[in-house]
Amino acid sequence: MKTDLASEHERSGVAGDASLAVDVHGLTKRYGELAAVDGIDFSVGQGEIFAFLGPNGAGKSTTIKMLCTLAHPTSGRATVAGFDVSTRAKSVRRHIGLVFQEQTLDDQLTAGENLQFHAVLYGVPHREVEARISRVLELVALSDRRKDLVSTYSGGMARRLEIARGMLHTPKILFLDEPTVGLDPQTRALIWDDIQRLRREEGVTIFLTTHYMDEAEYAERIAIIDHGAIIALDSPDVLKASVGTDTVAIETSDDEAALASLQRAGYTVERTGSGLTAFVADEETAVGPIVAATGVPVRTVRAHRPTLDDVFLHFTGREIRDQRGEAVPMMARARGARRS
Amino acid sequence: MTALPTVGPGTPPRADPAAAPPPVVPDTVISDEIRVVGMVWERELIRYVRTRTRIVSGLIQPVLFLFVLGYGMSGLVGTTGGFNFRQFVYPGVVAMSVVMTAMFSALSIVWDREFGFLREMLVAPVSRVSLVLGKTAGGATVAAVQGTIMLVLAPLVGIRLTPLLVVQMIALELLMAVAMTTFGVFVASRIQKMESFQVVMQMLLMPMLFLSGALFPLNGLPGWLTVITRLNPLTYAVAPFRQAVFAAQDLSPAAQARFPTNVTLFGFTLSIGMELAIVVVFAVVFFVLAFRGLSRTE
Ligand SMILES: Nc1ncnc2c1ncn2[C@@H]1O[C@H](COP(=O)(O)OP(=O)(O)O)[C@@H](O)[C@H]1O
Ligand SMILES: [Mg+2]
Repeated sequence: MKTDLASEHERSGVAGDASLAVDVHGLTKRYGELAAVDGIDFSVGQGEIFAFLGPNGAGKSTTIKMLCTLAHPTSGRATVAGFDVSTRAKSVRRHIGLVFQEQTLDDQLTAGENLQFHAVLYGVPHREVEARISRVLELVALSDRRKDLVSTYSGGMARRLEIARGMLHTPKILFLDEPTVGLDPQTRALIWDDIQRLRREEGVTIFLTTHYMDEAEYAERIAIIDHGAIIALDSPDVLKASVGTDTVAIETSDDEAALASLQRAGYTVERTGSGLTAFVADEETAVGPIVAATGVPVRTVRAHRPTLDDVFLHFTGREIRDQRGEAVPMMARARGARRS
Repeated sequence: MTALPTVGPGTPPRADPAAAPPPVVPDTVISDEIRVVGMVWERELIRYVRTRTRIVSGLIQPVLFLFVLGYGMSGLVGTTGGFNFRQFVYPGVVAMSVVMTAMFSALSIVWDREFGFLREMLVAPVSRVSLVLGKTAGGATVAAVQGTIMLVLAPLVGIRLTPLLVVQMIALELLMAVAMTTFGVFVASRIQKMESFQVVMQMLLMPMLFLSGALFPLNGLPGWLTVITRLNPLTYAVAPFRQAVFAAQDLSPAAQARFPTNVTLFGFTLSIGMELAIVVVFAVVFFVLAFRGLSRTE
């Protein structure tokens, strides 16, 4: 019965599980000797915000290119919006929106003209084009710049226009390759607002890549990719929990006494180099009670919650922010390479 | 430290499992493709109108050729039967402006590649035939407009325009522009870098123009040069153009002998129809090459 259904699907070019936006099995892309993407498996549910997180050269763009039918997989299988990327390329393209890592606007045209062009390329019915253009410009707050040439846009505005354009033909899945790379923090925040608004109001599935750790937090699930392989995949909270709990580190005038009173108060506490470390469920709410329960004067308090940096470090033994994808010794981290 | 992924692939949220499989849409819809051709065409026009400098510079060079070369050579060539070199060179200069505009339009693909817009077009679920058709139509329209602007110079050099001649010239400009745009798109599809663009313009376009008969008659050239002119597709586009212009002037037999317009191939004199057929063949071949060149990308 099940096999019948599967072969039926294959014949019509529709393969895999239709309830999944993206379904990938053993996907591999080789460039000569190099396996840019090395047998990855994952799936993305409809309406999810799913992030690929990894350093430059990890294989993020290559994965996106295969999913968007711009590169042929060396082996493995992928379905996007229910269509096999190898056999139903055109159908896949019709159902996805795509924002490349590099800009692809015509800056001698206005924003409206760029969108008009896109609407025609993607067969948006003539009578819907106007409404749709107004709608997507509204979604990224560029309605008042519609008649301006793209050459007058800032980098952030151009990016947001590209996101709007990617949504114009009402795709099922929007692929964003490093949507915030090279932008200032405010603009990055705006783009994240856009992305969340799109998902909320248009119900689109979002697949994005980034090498910014802090950004991946916004995603519902994250696949951490390194050297072409997925090394961890789950929600940010689960990933962070997997590398340890929140901690509150304190230094007191009398660590011995403090240790005793904290243990009496029910905390799990350990002696560490220069003081004590308490392991807690939520560092933010634990700081106050811990200080109060110490019973002796507290000199310093440092609360820490595991970040995705810690997750990446945990699984790879190196820092993600190294741009060439080479190992950064853990020393660098100890010396305080931590950002913000 | 070696850490194995302790975290299993979390399961994604599932949508309604009974969701219908996606509809199987036909891959190519003719009316959609026609809209694409129209849109690509429109973009060429918008960009042409928006870059005034291009229109002006596209005019200046031919005008320079017409007047500087026209007057400069007139002394040397002299006047035969009331007909001078300026009148001879006029159709060639109009053809030159058409060719340069068409090539420039087509080669803007190199810019599109550099600025990424080519990618936006190539990844769209449309046929590349439509993209090349639109580009060709756009380049040809713009080039024919530029050539038609050149008609205002006719009275200044003593060329008489009749309504029939104007219609003929526009039609021939369109044909010439189509052939040159497809040729240009083909060349552009092979150029990956912007720096190569100038080189191509100088190494290809200028010799093609000079060896097309646009600026001097093709008879009496040394053998090897004659071969090159006959391999040059432009030769077959320029000749009918000049023949049409000359037909509308009252040329004395002496002037006709002094300024021949025919192209001979293996000793045969080609008729206008044959010349036009050759241009059409070139256009079709370049179209196919252009399509294949663009399909190679990505
Ligand atoms: N067209 C290509 N030819 C050869 N190698 C490539 C090509 N595209 C990507 N690569 C290589 O594959 C690896 C993954 O690249 P990419 O997917 O672009 O990484 P990311 O987007 O994660 O930064 C890199 O080592 C890159 O050099
Ligand atoms: Mg990349």
